[in-house]
Amino acid sequence: MAVQSDIVDDAGPYDRAKALSAFKLGDVTFYWITRLSAISVLLILGGIILSLIVGAFPAMKEYGFAFLWTQRWAPSADPPVLGALGPMYGTLVTSFIAMLIAIPVGLGIAIFLTELCPQWLRRPIGMAIELLAGIPSIIYGMWGFFVLGPFLANSFQPFMIKIFDGIPVLGAIFAGPPSYLSLFNAGLILAIMVLPFITSISVDVFKTVPPVLKEAAYGVGCTTWEVVRSVVIPYTRVGVIGGVMLALGRALGETMAVTFIIGNSFRISSSIFAPGTTISAAIASEFAESDGLHQSGLILLGLLLFVLTFFVLAAARLMLMRLEKKAGN
Amino acid sequence: MSDLSVSMSAAGGLPQAPVLPEAPPKVTVRNLNFYYGEHHALKNINLTLGANRVTAFIGPSGCGKSTLLRIFNRMYDLYPGQRVTGQLMLDQTNILDPKLDLNLLRARVGMVFQKPTPFPMTIYENIAFGIRLYEKISKSEMDGRVEKALRGGALWNEVKDKLNASGLSLSGGQQQRLCIARTVAVRPEVILFDEPCSALDPISTAKVEELIQELSESYTIAIVTHNMQQAARVSDKTAFMYLGELIEFDDTSKIFTSPTDRRTQDYITGRFG
Repeated sequence: MAVQSDIVDDAGPYDRAKALSAFKLGDVTFYWITRLSAISVLLILGGIILSLIVGAFPAMKEYGFAFLWTQRWAPSADPPVLGALGPMYGTLVTSFIAMLIAIPVGLGIAIFLTELCPQWLRRPIGMAIELLAGIPSIIYGMWGFFVLGPFLANSFQPFMIKIFDGIPVLGAIFAGPPSYLSLFNAGLILAIMVLPFITSISVDVFKTVPPVLKEAAYGVGCTTWEVVRSVVIPYTRVGVIGGVMLALGRALGETMAVTFIIGNSFRISSSIFAPGTTISAAIASEFAESDGLHQSGLILLGLLLFVLTFFVLAAARLMLMRLEKKAGN
Repeated sequence: MSDLSVSMSAAGGLPQAPVLPEAPPKVTVRNLNFYYGEHHALKNINLTLGANRVTAFIGPSGCGKSTLLRIFNRMYDLYPGQRVTGQLMLDQTNILDPKLDLNLLRARVGMVFQKPTPFPMTIYENIAFGIRLYEKISKSEMDGRVEKALRGGALWNEVKDKLNASGLSLSGGQQQRLCIARTVAVRPEVILFDEPCSALDPISTAKVEELIQELSESYTIAIVTHNMQQAARVSDKTAFMYLGELIEFDDTSKIFTSPTDRRTQDYITGRFG
């Protein structure tokens, strides 16, 4: 006993202030590391915007706002005539088609997986969805070019064209001739590519609904569909829309697969079975052999995609806020 | 009323709720057994819930009270691996019939949960939602039904000016009364309360208990509770359960004053549980 107390005495009272100052140093270091990481995001984003603006400046000076509503794209004319209407139209239409297909299918898969699926089927389907997300976009492009394009052109497209022939608006949307390369094919490939985003995020947020809340809904006599529509989806609205936004962001910017199958035509056609182009496809297919004003025009297209994506995401945010107001939050 | 006074004197002027005359059976349980997979959770349960009576289920945690309640509206059906044998009748309907329309059953047998579970929508919609599932009625009729249900839930005066606020914006006690109003709005015959006050403060608890008493005039009520004073205050009959068995089932005043079984006595006097 005596020996032990000697040891304690020798060590003396430990210096709390010293220990605390060491903590403080650690705290300050930690604070600055996290802060610098956060600031670096702003710096990188600002740098990208700045270099885009600098690169696009000659084209901006030459074409002004007319760039936005000119359809003609003739980089080899003298002087070159460049307009972004075709690629912007193509970007919006393909993304719209992709969302139109991917949202219901993606949500459907998520609902099936969380509410209805027998246990043994859950893992295979979940893994298939994850694998779908892992396929590189170039492979989607090749598959779309060699398999999906011919298939659609020989079966689905003639069928739709025949059905809607002569009907006012729809007839113009589904107009012939069938084509291997078209806005619709690109939209369909995009839908398959963004499906995993919507599904996996929806599955995750659907799982956060408290079981007792679902039981309460079943308890007033709801069917599974009514529980999903009135409780599960409203409860997880923010998360689901977040997943859809992520998917939309991906669809707007997706390049490689779309470049393969969209046809790279700058002409705007009312038919979704006609070839078209998107902003990213136009840049990818022309950037390598561009120079001077042509290159500047392509950079300006890139800047436009940036702005377009920003506005689409902002609009989605606004919609979300409206929804929440309506729900009374 | 004369029946009432007779039975009161028969009970010897006890402070507990007066002993009401035997009510016609609303829910009849015969030789009921329940299994969670291999686990035998309820063993040979026999009892009846009298019409327009409050029946309390007490017993230590894990004794099967909530499990029994969840059989009454087949809530266990949502989960795989749970099965039941025996007989369970709601009036002339066999609740355990596999072909029974569950949505209809759950509209007849409403349930209020341990935690308040308002749906993620406005207060008005929380009530209207359940009504709309079964009835197509006009806006003005719906307004009337919502008001009536909220009055039934003793909540109308507190929320009449903010029916379009989110159900989640209410306090815990108000949310629970909203859930009761929502259950009442569907016009069930039986209401199951699964520890309805365990997440509430004493004042909200008193309000909910008062409400349960009022509701028993129109509904058959089963309530699971961990609070023995609550069981004594609100119920006409009390069932004591232990380890999946129904130990004793009798008038509440009898259970709390002169229980027959030793285990019941030990439990209500706080010797275990």
